[in-house]
Amino acid sequence: MAMADSTTLPTPEKVEKSKGYWSGVGHRLVRDPLTMFCLAVVAALILSAAFAPYLGLADPYKGSMIARLKPIGAPGYPLGTDEQGRDMLARLIYGGRLTLFIGLMPVVIAFFAGSVLGITAGYVGGLTNTIIMRTIDVFFAFPSVLLAIAISGALGAGITNSLVSLTIVFIPPITRVAEAVTSGVRKLDYIDAARATGANAWTVIRVHVIGNVLSPIFVYATSLTSVCMILAAGLSFLGIGVRPPEPEWGLMLNTLRSVIYVNPWLSALPGVMIFVTSLCLNLLSDGLRSAMNVRD
Amino acid sequence: MSVTDTYQPTPDTGGPAQPLIRVTGLQKYFPVRGGILGRTQAKVQAVDGVSFEVKKGETLGIVGESGCGKSTTAKLLIGLVEKDKGEIVFDGHALGERLSLKELRRGVQMVFQDSYATLNPRLTILDSVAFGAKVQGLDNPEELARKMMDRVGLDPDRFAHRYPHELSGGQRQRVNIARALAMSPRLVVLDEAVSALDKSVEAQVLNLLNDLRAEFGLTYVFISHDLNVVRYISDRILVMYLGEVVEVAPVDSIWQEQAHPYTRSLFSAMPSMDPDNRTKEPPLAGDPPNPINPPSGCRFHTRCRFASAVCKEAVPKLAGLARNGDHMVACHLHDAQSGHPKAGQGVPE
Repeated sequence: MAMADSTTLPTPEKVEKSKGYWSGVGHRLVRDPLTMFCLAVVAALILSAAFAPYLGLADPYKGSMIARLKPIGAPGYPLGTDEQGRDMLARLIYGGRLTLFIGLMPVVIAFFAGSVLGITAGYVGGLTNTIIMRTIDVFFAFPSVLLAIAISGALGAGITNSLVSLTIVFIPPITRVAEAVTSGVRKLDYIDAARATGANAWTVIRVHVIGNVLSPIFVYATSLTSVCMILAAGLSFLGIGVRPPEPEWGLMLNTLRSVIYVNPWLSALPGVMIFVTSLCLNLLSDGLRSAMNVRD
Repeated sequence: MSVTDTYQPTPDTGGPAQPLIRVTGLQKYFPVRGGILGRTQAKVQAVDGVSFEVKKGETLGIVGESGCGKSTTAKLLIGLVEKDKGEIVFDGHALGERLSLKELRRGVQMVFQDSYATLNPRLTILDSVAFGAKVQGLDNPEELARKMMDRVGLDPDRFAHRYPHELSGGQRQRVNIARALAMSPRLVVLDEAVSALDKSVEAQVLNLLNDLRAEFGLTYVFISHDLNVVRYISDRILVMYLGEVVEVAPVDSIWQEQAHPYTRSLFSAMPSMDPDNRTKEPPLAGDPPNPINPPSGCRFHTRCRFASAVCKEAVPKLAGLARNGDHMVACHLHDAQSGHPKAGQGVPE
C-alpha cells in the first residue's frame, strides 16, 4: 500500500534518489571524459587481443629472412618487422593476449584472496589478525620483483608458474590495504549498531562491512594491474616467464633490445604498448576512485 | 492497519511486578596494553559493581560526568561490550542461562549519540531501518520499517531511498529511533540520544520519545549529561561517579534533596534560570581521578568537601535513606554506623 502511494505520487526527490549505488557510479563515470577515453583504450586492447585471429592479421610466428627489421610504415608491414622478419603489428596484438592475461589474472585472484584475508583479519582482530598479518609481513620483507623472480625461479619457467608467483606477490599488499580499511570501519558506530541487532558476524560483514571497504580495495587492486603487467613483462624479459617464440610484450622488448641501434623506433614499440596500457589502467583506477565516492 | 498492529514485541513473561531488566554487580575493566609484547599493563575500571533495576514502563535516567562509565553501562546492557562479572536479567531470564545474546538484543535496543556515525553511509534509510527486523526474522520487515519511519515523522516515500548524508541531524536521529523500534524492542537504551541535537530539535525528539513510550509500552534507560533533559523524561535518576552508582532516586525526591555530595555538586553546576537565585555552592574542581587507579574507600573522597578518615578506608554501601527508602545513596554521611564524624546527619549545607 505504501508502494502504491509512491507510484501515484512520485515526489521529485524520490525519482532522483531511487537509483542504486552502481548506477550512480556509472553515471559519474560517463561524465568523466579522461576516464572514458582510458576505458576505451583498455577495452580496445582487450578486444583486439581476444579477437586477434579474426582481424585478418599476418601469422605472428612466421618469419622471413629477407623481410627482417623493416621500418615502421614499410609497405605490407604497417609497424615493420622484428629481427626474424615477423610482422610487428600481428605480434603486438597477439602479444596482448598473454601480456594482459598474465597482467590481470594474478591481480584478480589476489584481489579475492587478499580481500578475504584482510577483511577477516580486520573484522575478527585479536589472534587471527596477528597470525594473518605477521605472515603477510614476511612476504613484505622482500622486494616484489625479487620475490617474483625467486618464486618463478623455484617453480621453473613457464606461464602457469609466473601466474602463481605474481599472485603470491600481490596478495600481501592487497591484504594489508583490506585489513587497514576494515579495522577502520570495524570501529565505527554503525557496525556496533548492526551487531546490536543480534546479527551474526557474517551478516554484518556482508551487509555493512563489504560495501564500505570494497571500493578502496578495488581501486588499489586496479592500480596494481599496471605494476603486475610490468612485472610480468620483466619476468619474460629475464627469461623466466614466457618463452620464445610466443609473442609477449616483455619478451619482445628483450629480443628487440639487440637491434636498438639498428632500428630504435621498432624496439621501443613493445615498451610503448606496456606504457600506454599501464597508464590507461592507472588513470582508469583514479577515475573509478572518484566515481565511487558517494558524497559529491 | 496501524503501527501498533505491526509491532511485534516478545511476550511479557513475569507480569508487571517483575523488573524488566535487573543488573547485579556489573563489572567491566578495560585492559591497557603496552610494551613490545602488548601485555596488559593496567586496567581501566570503567564500570565497577553497578547494580540497578528498571521497572516495566519506567524511564531510568543515568547521569554523571564524562568518563564515569555511563556509555559502557549502556553497551553492557545490550552486550556490545562483554561483561567481566555480574548478572543481567531481562524479564526474569538471566543472560547466558535462559537468554541468548541474540534474544537479549531482540528485547533491548539502543539509540546512539552520533546519529551520522551510526548509519551505514552506503545503505539507504529503508535498508538501515529494516536490517534489524530482517535479522530477527520479524514479519514484513520492510513494511514495518516504512510504518516506523512514518511514525517517527519521516515520510517513507520521501526518505526511504535516501542516503544518511542527505538528511539533517534531527532527521538522522529519527532514523536511528525508527531503526531501534523496527526491531520491536521492549527496552530502549538511549545513550546521549538527544545531546548532539540543537534545542528545538531536541525538544521535538524528546516529545516523540515520550509518545512512543506510551504507544508501544516501552521502557527506557536514558543516558545524558543534561540534568534538565533527564528530569523531563525520567521517572528515576541514577547518578554514576567513576564507574560506581552513588545515588538512585525518584526524580522528585532527588530534585528536592541531593543526598550525595557529588550529586549536589552536579546539580549546583547546572546554570540557574533565575538571576536572583544564582549557584551558591562552588562547582567541583579538577578532573575526576584516573579510573586506572581509583581512590580507595569512597571514590569521591578526593573531591568531597565532607570527606573524613573513614571515607578513605571504607567503601560506602548503597542504602535507602531513613525517611525515604526509595531514595538510595552510597555515602558515609547517611550511615549512622559508618564512623564518619557527621554520620547520620545528612549532607551539611
